[in-house]
Amino acid sequence: MKLQEPAAQHGDSGETIAIAQPRQVTLPDNLSNFFRKTLVIAEWEVRKLRHDPTDMLTRTVQPALWLLIFGEVFTRLRAIPTGSVPYLDFLAPGILSQSVLFIAIFYGIAIIWERDLGVINKFLVSPTPRLALVLGKALSAGARALPQAIIIYILALVLGVRMNLNPLALLGVVVLVVLGAACFSTFSMIIACLLKTRDRVMGIGQILTMPLFFASNAIYPIAIMPAWLQVIAHGNPLTYLVDGLRALMLAGNTDMSGLGTDFVVLFAVTLILAVICAKLYPRIVE
Amino acid sequence: MTAIVEVHDLVKHFGEHTAVNGVSFDVERGEVFGLLGPNGAGKTTTIKMLITLLPPTSGSARVAGFDIVHQKADVRRSIGYVPQALSADGTLTGYENLLLFAKLYDIPHKEQASRVRDALAFVGLIDASNQLVQHYSGGMIRRLEVAQSLLHRPRVLFLDEPTVGLDPVARQAIWNHLLELRNETDTTIFLTTHSMEEADSLCSRVGIMHRGDIVALDTPDNLKTTVGGANTTLNDVFVHYAGDALESGGSYRETARARRTARRLG
Repeated sequence: MKLQEPAAQHGDSGETIAIAQPRQVTLPDNLSNFFRKTLVIAEWEVRKLRHDPTDMLTRTVQPALWLLIFGEVFTRLRAIPTGSVPYLDFLAPGILSQSVLFIAIFYGIAIIWERDLGVINKFLVSPTPRLALVLGKALSAGARALPQAIIIYILALVLGVRMNLNPLALLGVVVLVVLGAACFSTFSMIIACLLKTRDRVMGIGQILTMPLFFASNAIYPIAIMPAWLQVIAHGNPLTYLVDGLRALMLAGNTDMSGLGTDFVVLFAVTLILAVICAKLYPRIVE
Repeated sequence: MTAIVEVHDLVKHFGEHTAVNGVSFDVERGEVFGLLGPNGAGKTTTIKMLITLLPPTSGSARVAGFDIVHQKADVRRSIGYVPQALSADGTLTGYENLLLFAKLYDIPHKEQASRVRDALAFVGLIDASNQLVQHYSGGMIRRLEVAQSLLHRPRVLFLDEPTVGLDPVARQAIWNHLLELRNETDTTIFLTTHSMEEADSLCSRVGIMHRGDIVALDTPDNLKTTVGGANTTLNDVFVHYAGDALESGGSYRETARARRTARRLG
């Protein structure tokens, strides 16, 4: 059997003290280790999706229906002032943001599920940095959200929305979708670490989705909101996701001035949430 | 012999409740050490502290020479862990489950595939390696977990009730793998169990845990000799030490047996 190589691995009892030296690691080592581990955790989820893509595919139905039913009606109503942009065009990035939010905000349930399975215990016992465990999960929420982008692009093109198909813009959309999913899934995982049961996370998630979605610029411009709600909308990360997607997804849009802010805000919020979540993560098994 | 697990006065409170009440013991290198006790005796809490999943309330412990509070990363690199619940990922294949852990444990890229195959071969799962784990039986999942926990050649392997819920054949298979591991390597095995038979057939030394304390610690044979004559089973020993705990957790039959034993011993 080749499982163990006693001589090379453990040596004689006298070596115990020598072996008991902590590993010396440098900062670059640490960083490369950190990114590698993050990607392994994300790879885990992607492999699972490859074996069973059903859930991912059924989730594309909801945004499709929003765009088809809600979008087709409201674009005829002309009740929402969207300037020179047809309402359906205005709505498409909003619906993509919405589906990113819906996928991510319940993501905490997945780690509770894994806690109950005992998988999280094994991750926590392995030499994997906590932040890598959290960011790996956040990235996989992004991987789950990407098919939504594809379905919305297809549907929007079919419905006659003038989409920007510039490769750089598409790349920007991919990054934003992953970043947005990472942001809200980390938020959801924090809730999961604090509340620890599926039902509670589900309940809180449902309470949160409504204000997050409607107190944003997803389906109407912030300008039509009352002043107090405008303040809230500006503090809502979803607003920045919608704003960035709207700038990148629609053809004929030349104003990219807000894009920098959108990326920075989403990135900063995700990072802060991820650090908090990494601190709380071990609590889920306590 | 040198101690590879050293535990000093380890305490864990959960609010008002004391789960582990100041236990101290050493585990020698290469032995199979068992913590035996009824549900709620504090076995799992003890193991969770040793594998860095729970911070102790007080006391200290070293695993493979590393402090479980201050050198968590080094402890984690030195140990393998098989949790109580069957916990492999059902939506991945057996091979994938192991491959991903090989990556998490920093096994060099070139060695990953061969190590995973060796580990699968060790537990007899080569033929099933490309099946999704959701189609595995309980015994196969447990064997897969043992294989996973050995990938990085840990110095101490922790198993929390490794055969609970398995049928006798699967249980025997796990025992055989653990005995093979003990005989052919110097991996130290630390397990918890409430099966007397398991403790008797696997463990070189057994600590009997009762309401957060270790009330007896010795070889199975010595424990039997201490409690009674030649016909004493480890079960009698267990009942002798953990007897009154069974009133809350055990069946009537066990309780009655405990009382009989207590009377017999005067």
